[in-house]
Amino acid sequence: MIDVKNIRNDFPILSKKVYGHPLVYLDNAATTQKPRYVSEKVKDFYINSNSNIHRGVHYLSEKASMAYEDARVTVKNFINAASLREIIFTAGTTAAINLLADSLGRSFIKENDEIIITEMEHHSNIEPWRVLCSRNNASLKVIPFDDQGKLLIEKIPSMINDKTKLIALCHVSNVLGVINPVKEIIQTAHRAGVPVLLDAAQSVPHLPVDVHDLGCDFLVFSGHKMYAETGIGILYGKEKYLDMLPPAQTGGGMIDYLDFTGSTYADLPLKFEAGTPNYAGAVSLAAAIDYLHNIGVESIARYEQDLICYAVDRLNEEENIIIYGNTFPHCGSVSFNFEGVHPYDAAAIMDKMGIAIRSGTHCAQPVMAHFGVKGTMRLSVALYNTREEIDLLIEGTRKAKSLLL
Amino acid sequence: MNINDKQDRLIKEFAPLNGWIAKYEYLINIGQQLPKMEDKYKTAENQINGCQSQLWVAAELRDGKLMFQADSNAKITRGIIAIVLNVINNHPPEDIYTSKLYFLDNIGFKTNLSPTRLNGLNSIIKRINKLCLIHMQL
Repeated sequence: MIDVKNIRNDFPILSKKVYGHPLVYLDNAATTQKPRYVSEKVKDFYINSNSNIHRGVHYLSEKASMAYEDARVTVKNFINAASLREIIFTAGTTAAINLLADSLGRSFIKENDEIIITEMEHHSNIEPWRVLCSRNNASLKVIPFDDQGKLLIEKIPSMINDKTKLIALCHVSNVLGVINPVKEIIQTAHRAGVPVLLDAAQSVPHLPVDVHDLGCDFLVFSGHKMYAETGIGILYGKEKYLDMLPPAQTGGGMIDYLDFTGSTYADLPLKFEAGTPNYAGAVSLAAAIDYLHNIGVESIARYEQDLICYAVDRLNEEENIIIYGNTFPHCGSVSFNFEGVHPYDAAAIMDKMGIAIRSGTHCAQPVMAHFGVKGTMRLSVALYNTREEIDLLIEGTRKAKSLLL
Repeated sequence: MNINDKQDRLIKEFAPLNGWIAKYEYLINIGQQLPKMEDKYKTAENQINGCQSQLWVAAELRDGKLMFQADSNAKITRGIIAIVLNVINNHPPEDIYTSKLYFLDNIGFKTNLSPTRLNGLNSIIKRINKLCLIHMQL
């Protein structure tokens, strides 16, 4: 069992008051708060080690480069990748997906090829593929989900053919908090020789994620949703694929030899890291992973699972409640509405009570379209949230309803 | 009453309200008094982007004065637009265009709005100014 009271002390922002009320921060799927441990590691890096990496032979450059490459080792071990060559630092999940889409678009995606995504993706796992398909005259196919939030995976075999180049899907939905049966989907895809990209932005913060066990070919996630700073994320790719793919961006740091008539590129992983990377961000990501390890990834997963189940149970007791994707175990997030209450109104009122939740489309307009709504409220938990905070949220929704109904 | 008199009156009305919940309650009530917009005006052209909720604003000139209609599916947004219309309705477009709507800031509906919602408010003011320009004479 994790000691939440102590953990909360690690996060100075949690003791803030908002409009005179104690902050109840339940918008963790958007971004998590940062523990002192992470901010101090970054501060220490800037004070004692800062220098551009992989450039100079001088002491500080060596020290900074080592910190950056140590971070890569930490990430590799965290997701159980086979090699450091499989870990590419990016600016975040969106940047990682765009990198992959750009690179595939320059090389492997040809006219009439097909890419499969799902109906429950975040815009950042739709638009890069939609734009790529439109640019290369390829087509996008969409795996639907049912009203419970369950992907209709039985449709997948008939959607795959010899034109299928990739299946890209979320491990956990950022709106519904549904955990998709990704292992099964990956096995189906692999039987047909199709690689799979997992958007793990909403799973890595909450579940142990092991790329070897899952078998995915690519996996992307963001640091800021798992207690690290903003502007750092990961593209994991199986070495054979990353070796085949051309760089999406070119520039400093990824050149092996260059003159005005041609060039050769550095080997993996630097091939995909043109320009000065966010090395301080990498340090913060490694610190966040250390922080999670110190508490225990499995314990965190169990604690958060219990908490989100409690939240769903409490919400289900409320009158006029509509929960989207209700019949499955939730992970991290739950989306809901109250009949006759606009989610914006309710979230705005709760904000003034110190309760931070999200309202709107959550960058997943196809999910809203599926349920025929303009928006939902979403609460999302982190390891520092408590049952008492869920109770305060329930009180908040009641207060909002009393004003709005 | 000119536009500034109306703004000052609203500031006075909100002043005794203690705390945000009371302000919102008052705002929601004002919004409920806003006449419903006819569906034919709820067009894409009249819809304002940048809001989390749907919001439509339209205006027509009657005897040299602009008469606005507005509606939203969210009650707080409806309240905000209602107090804006209470201030600007039934004035010549030139007067509305040249006025500065300081009351929102004063009541606290501006500084306490997050950027996305502030964009919504900015979009409202932009749309109002655009409607004024359409009806202004050289």
